Amino acid sequence: MPEGSRFEIVSREDFSDATFLLEIRHPMMARAARPGQFVIVMSHEHGERIPLTLADFDRARGTITLVIQAVGKTTREMQQGCRVGDYLYGVVGPMGVPSHVAGVRKAAVVGGGLGVAPIYPQARGLKEQGAYVVGILGFRNRDLIFWEDKFRACCDELIICTDDGSAGIKGLVTEGIRRTMEVHPDLDQVVAIGPPVMMKACAEATRPAKIKTIVSLNPVMVDGTGMCGGCRVTIGQKVKFACVDGPDFDGHEVDFEDLQVRLRRYVEDEKAALERWQGQCRMDHHPN
Amino acid sequence: MAKKRTIRSIPQQRTPVGEQDPHERARNFAEVNHGYHRDDAVRESERCLFCEDPACVAGCPVGIDIPGFIRKIGEGDFRGAYQVITDTNLLPAICGRVCPQENQCEGPCAVGAALEPVAIGRLERWVGDQAIAEKWFKVPPIERNAFRIGIVGSGPAGMACAADMAKAGCDVTVYEAFHQAGGVLKYGIPDFRLPNEVVDAEIANLTALGVKFECNTLVGRLFTIEQMVTELGFDAVFIGTGAGYPRLLNIPGDALNGVLSANELLTRCNLMRARDAGHDTPMPMGRRVAVVGSGNTAMDALRVARRLGAEDVRCIYRRTEAESPARAEELHHAAEEGVQFHWLTHPIEILGDDRGNVRAVRCIRMSLGEPDDSGRRSPVPVPGSEHDLEVDLVVYAIGTNANPIIGQTSGLALDRRGYIACDDDLATSLAGVYAGGDIVTGAATVIEAMGAGRRAARSMKAYLGLRDTDVVYRDARPAAADLLFGLDPAERNFVRVRATRPPGPRPS
Repeated sequence: MPEGSRFEIVSREDFSDATFLLEIRHPMMARAARPGQFVIVMSHEHGERIPLTLADFDRARGTITLVIQAVGKTTREMQQGCRVGDYLYGVVGPMGVPSHVAGVRKAAVVGGGLGVAPIYPQARGLKEQGAYVVGILGFRNRDLIFWEDKFRACCDELIICTDDGSAGIKGLVTEGIRRTMEVHPDLDQVVAIGPPVMMKACAEATRPAKIKTIVSLNPVMVDGTGMCGGCRVTIGQKVKFACVDGPDFDGHEVDFEDLQVRLRRYVEDEKAALERWQGQCRMDHHPN
Repeated sequence: MAKKRTIRSIPQQRTPVGEQDPHERARNFAEVNHGYHRDDAVRESERCLFCEDPACVAGCPVGIDIPGFIRKIGEGDFRGAYQVITDTNLLPAICGRVCPQENQCEGPCAVGAALEPVAIGRLERWVGDQAIAEKWFKVPPIERNAFRIGIVGSGPAGMACAADMAKAGCDVTVYEAFHQAGGVLKYGIPDFRLPNEVVDAEIANLTALGVKFECNTLVGRLFTIEQMVTELGFDAVFIGTGAGYPRLLNIPGDALNGVLSANELLTRCNLMRARDAGHDTPMPMGRRVAVVGSGNTAMDALRVARRLGAEDVRCIYRRTEAESPARAEELHHAAEEGVQFHWLTHPIEILGDDRGNVRAVRCIRMSLGEPDDSGRRSPVPVPGSEHDLEVDLVVYAIGTNANPIIGQTSGLALDRRGYIACDDDLATSLAGVYAGGDIVTGAATVIEAMGAGRRAARSMKAYLGLRDTDVVYRDARPAAADLLFGLDPAERNFVRVRATRPPGPRPS
């Protein structure tokens, strides 16, 4: 049975000691993918299924691109093990309802931390649909900056924010949003992807001006097809499943408290798994 | 065989089957029921009266020739018994285990009127297991044609449809979103009821028939149903995506950590093997577990929780045992394994601690009032009967709503509840596209899904103008098949090409 093992890694790039890019051959998905969608990856047969938002897709090359932060056992294992020419056991997608990029006149796309890469398809999609696009990217410091040229190519303006002021403006992405709202009072949409605290702060920044703010939620998932309900989120008092009703939701309606609690669900398990794995690595018993 | 059997002459007692000790099995995932041995099967076969007009066949959703295969067992022709079953059901090892026989074949069994009915399910399972062990499955002579069939979903409906279309000579591809084929048989039903190896053995048979399985493929999003019949060049498509979208109670505390659907618990355990060392998926486990609902899925969740080490496992159901939709056998097994039942109890709130984890479930007692639409007496809350049960995991097993993906991504007509709208032939609103199983009917049983898959296959063959190569043509045994499909025998070779109909509500 042709199960898995046919998703070839065609290129890899390391942006920092924690962030790396994998480009995977999947011509059909490259053709089907739209901004805002995600995939579920299983790196090996006994692995877990992890949802990752698409960072790019190239129809001509027939590839999709994922940018991964090595934080837990699975992602660190991938960081160590994934080489060009290797195959991933499972990649399924594109999942989720695509973002609405049509009909927007002026948009700000906001990416912070692990949200920088997944905001790229939105920036490009909005640009292709004729919107004026302001890119606002947040990094801890200048050494962590990546894809600046890619964003410059599809953004009419690009604001880089760093925590320490080593590049761009000093401050959080919300500072970038504040400045953009000043310069562009006619901003009609903000799209924010990043850690829940950041998305919440972005939603709060735009709430007074009632600017439509879309956030992309990436809670714990198993199947990603609406079958398990593990990714349920509370949106305006209603329970929704991020995998099939989202991942995009109205940031002003999202219950971020809930989301943050739910994201902590497996923190203990993950810590234990990571420690076990690191122990194994030190004992040098790990394959690869 | 010379003398006609009577209710007096047959063995009066149903042949018992070995089971793992409840205390032992509550700590492992090995199969509960050991199944018959050869002698057990032969002895039990002697209890069949070979009724002229067998009620068991009418009770079987796919119309297996039950007296026929039991007769073969009695004659010692076990392989022949397998042939008879597989004339109508390719998956006896699965159905013998998971069918609710007490409501289907065994329910109306004539022996059952006076004694315990013939253990048809156990016999079917025995035949299926023999076939796997002895590799009896043989690819029948298949006359290939040029038709390509796409099947969406590799669960019981998709498997049954794939088998029939492959036997008819078509080139069949089955798409599955998960990384392994089998659908609910893999992710849902736990190993102690249906070992994954049995499912894999049956899938291997389909592969031998030439069926191709494409996993990691989410139809609707990777390509649409419309693209399947156009760009991808499928001549007909069957959608058997199953039930999805678990229901929640919509009570305060639903969002707490430690509240999850039975689907999630079961998938993590059964498919992702979270319970096994060396597998990375985390297992949400509690010491004290409450499962809400009392269907077969609830029983599976309760028994899985017990096996994962929960000390205290409670089933909360708003009606009584009598209304419980689970099979009697499942209820019995769960009770034996130490599950506590709280009948006439309904959760009204889930209470959390300061870290957002479940600490208790607040329930109210119910009493039974007037019968509702389903004919069951509907539960009414008893005022002032609120009480808290201390638990750290709450599992909802209260049914599912229609999965929205196909609806979101295609122009297929849906019914009011969001399930795919079909006519009696299981044809959807799009020419050449058929659907069946839970995505049409809502949650049902494995065998009903298989029956739907076969019914759709029959319609697809008619649509494509294929002569039905099904075995019913070979001899005069029309009753079973015709009962199921409701077709006039004269119409069997009727070639029909369905006109394209625009999506939208069908004219009634």
